[in-house]
Amino acid sequence: MARRKSGASDKPDVEQLTEFYRRMLLVRRFEERTARAYTEAKIGGYCHLNLGEEATVVGLMDGIEARDYLFVSYRDHGYALLRGMDPGRVMAELYGRSDGVSRGWGGSMHLFDVETRQLGGYGIVGGQLPLATGAALALQYKETDEIVLCQLGDGATNIGAFHEALNIAALWQLPIVFAVVNNALGMGTTVEMSSAEPELYKRGAAYRMASARVDGNDVTAVRDAMREAAAHARSGKGPFLLEATVGRLRGHSVVDPAAYRSAEEVAAVRKADPVLALHAQLQAAGVGDESLAAIEQDVTTVVTKAVEFAESSPKPEVGTLFDYTYASPVPNDTRRRPAEPLFPEVVAK
Amino acid sequence: MTAPTDVAPAAGTTTMSYRQALHDTLRAELLRDENVLLMGEEIGRFEGSYKITAGLLDEFGPKRVKDTPIAEEGFTGAAVGAAMLGLRPVVEVMTINFSLLALDQIINHAAKIYGMFGGQAKVPLVIRTPGGGGQQLAATHSQNVELFYAFTPGLKVVAPSNPADAKGLLLAAIRDDDPVLFLENLALYNTKGEVPTDDTPIEIGRAAISRPGTDITLIGYSRTARMALEAADRLAAKGFSAEVVDLRSLRPLDRQTVVESVRRTSCAVVVEDDWLTYGIGAEVAASISDGAFDWLDAPVRRVAMAEVPLPYAKSLETAALPAVDDIVVAAEQTLRATGRG
Repeated sequence: MARRKSGASDKPDVEQLTEFYRRMLLVRRFEERTARAYTEAKIGGYCHLNLGEEATVVGLMDGIEARDYLFVSYRDHGYALLRGMDPGRVMAELYGRSDGVSRGWGGSMHLFDVETRQLGGYGIVGGQLPLATGAALALQYKETDEIVLCQLGDGATNIGAFHEALNIAALWQLPIVFAVVNNALGMGTTVEMSSAEPELYKRGAAYRMASARVDGNDVTAVRDAMREAAAHARSGKGPFLLEATVGRLRGHSVVDPAAYRSAEEVAAVRKADPVLALHAQLQAAGVGDESLAAIEQDVTTVVTKAVEFAESSPKPEVGTLFDYTYASPVPNDTRRRPAEPLFPEVVAK
Repeated sequence: MTAPTDVAPAAGTTTMSYRQALHDTLRAELLRDENVLLMGEEIGRFEGSYKITAGLLDEFGPKRVKDTPIAEEGFTGAAVGAAMLGLRPVVEVMTINFSLLALDQIINHAAKIYGMFGGQAKVPLVIRTPGGGGQQLAATHSQNVELFYAFTPGLKVVAPSNPADAKGLLLAAIRDDDPVLFLENLALYNTKGEVPTDDTPIEIGRAAISRPGTDITLIGYSRTARMALEAADRLAAKGFSAEVVDLRSLRPLDRQTVVESVRRTSCAVVVEDDWLTYGIGAEVAASISDGAFDWLDAPVRRVAMAEVPLPYAKSLETAALPAVDDIVVAAEQTLRATGRG
């Protein structure tokens, strides 16, 4: 399939676009606030942001159903927000607090919520692909009409698990959509430097898998493409490989100044900023500055409250350290902290 | 598949091979729970490289008995994902050597998903795989890398040494809500023993004293637990009473049973099929040091594979692998060191 765009002849649905704008702005402001909290050392570990990818995140999330399952990469904050997780609990996870969506065990890269069926962000590049494929196997096994959306970055298309998972998904005709968010960079390495076929959606041909590429800065186009891909997978026609091309507004992670990028490249990405573009589009469509400012205010309030919630959430109790090693209790599990002896009675002697 | 036997089975038991015990247990669990499915290379049409799954594709069909491509990372990871949504996949990895291709999915994912997401998703998965040298399969097909899995919190690792434990531990593994690495051994598949007819799982995490004794403790797992029993027979003929501890579970490790035995006998030999340095035996010996140092009358000895890539030539392969003779020699030296031998 050729590169897709939302049709110029389609009449823009201003109400829908305004709602998309609100969601994109939520991701934008949440991520900006996250970057600040990270630089204030309130968030630890690695921290990867969706800045620049907002149209794709919103489009993908609007194109699937609540009953569908989602597996994503470690660049996962925006997905969690749009999947319906409470922004306060998402921020609490970044803060490593007990109210975090993963109870403070996962952090930024590992946002999981069984209620909203986001079955994890995954810190190992491409680790989610075989898992998502197996989840789709379970859906096929149970004969449901649910599907799995497996989001991944461009870098993940070069690991062995990509090939193994796509081959198995196609071989068994599993109900899954693989959505490659191609931000053109795997850390500092370009897609052209790392992929012999840089038009990543074409990889589907190796598995006789339907595939398409969409402009990831066009939220409506992404939503429509996701809907088509989901309908394909849901109808029993097997998996679908969807590629969305986007720009990465910041470094690979919060701490990366991205010195390897040229000024021209950065300027081009900024010029294509999907949030600013949609803002301008809404203005041109007659949405008043007052309405747009109200959205800005609402989103800022949500983000501020999320930070307040995270700040006030308690740190996990040390006494819970051994609560999540095993789901079923097992005798002789070694529950000891670093200096504790295996046989206290011997040491006491 | 049961071969004829001239030993009358005990009441409530049947004599069968380790292979048959595995086969029958898989079949019974497929019948019992429709969420159980088998996945792996060559397990269906080919009936399994070691014929554990013979006849199951015909009986249960391709939905329950899934042949997979040669893609250990892909199908093992798919089994993890299916387990997250409530299925109970039993994966066969043709040999433990090939499980190295799936390390990322086993160690970075199966072992982490319950904890890393704060207990929201269970992974009720079994990975069955045989280890074992001695088949002239050369260096890449003769390793015993169960240590990698036994090292990893979040996984459970069991290593049955006899048909009864193969049945009881496989029942437990399939019904467990955590990922279990179920270690088989090429040299054990044809061994026979009494197997209970009832379906009682053996609790994971408990060692067994497979032979009580008073003079020395011999500790093994899988093939080496069986070898330790043979060594105990030989030592008995020489007038020594050896106690044999069969670890059965490598994670969790039942240190208490090991240490209590050594506190009674005051000396020990650990027998392991892996390499000595950093191996299972090192952990067991360190545990004995932690829990029974004051009771020891001699240093803890380890009988382990020679630290080489295992050679193909039979003379070299035999020289590198632990044998019953080695256990007897190490035990006699240990007993002499205590002053009681």
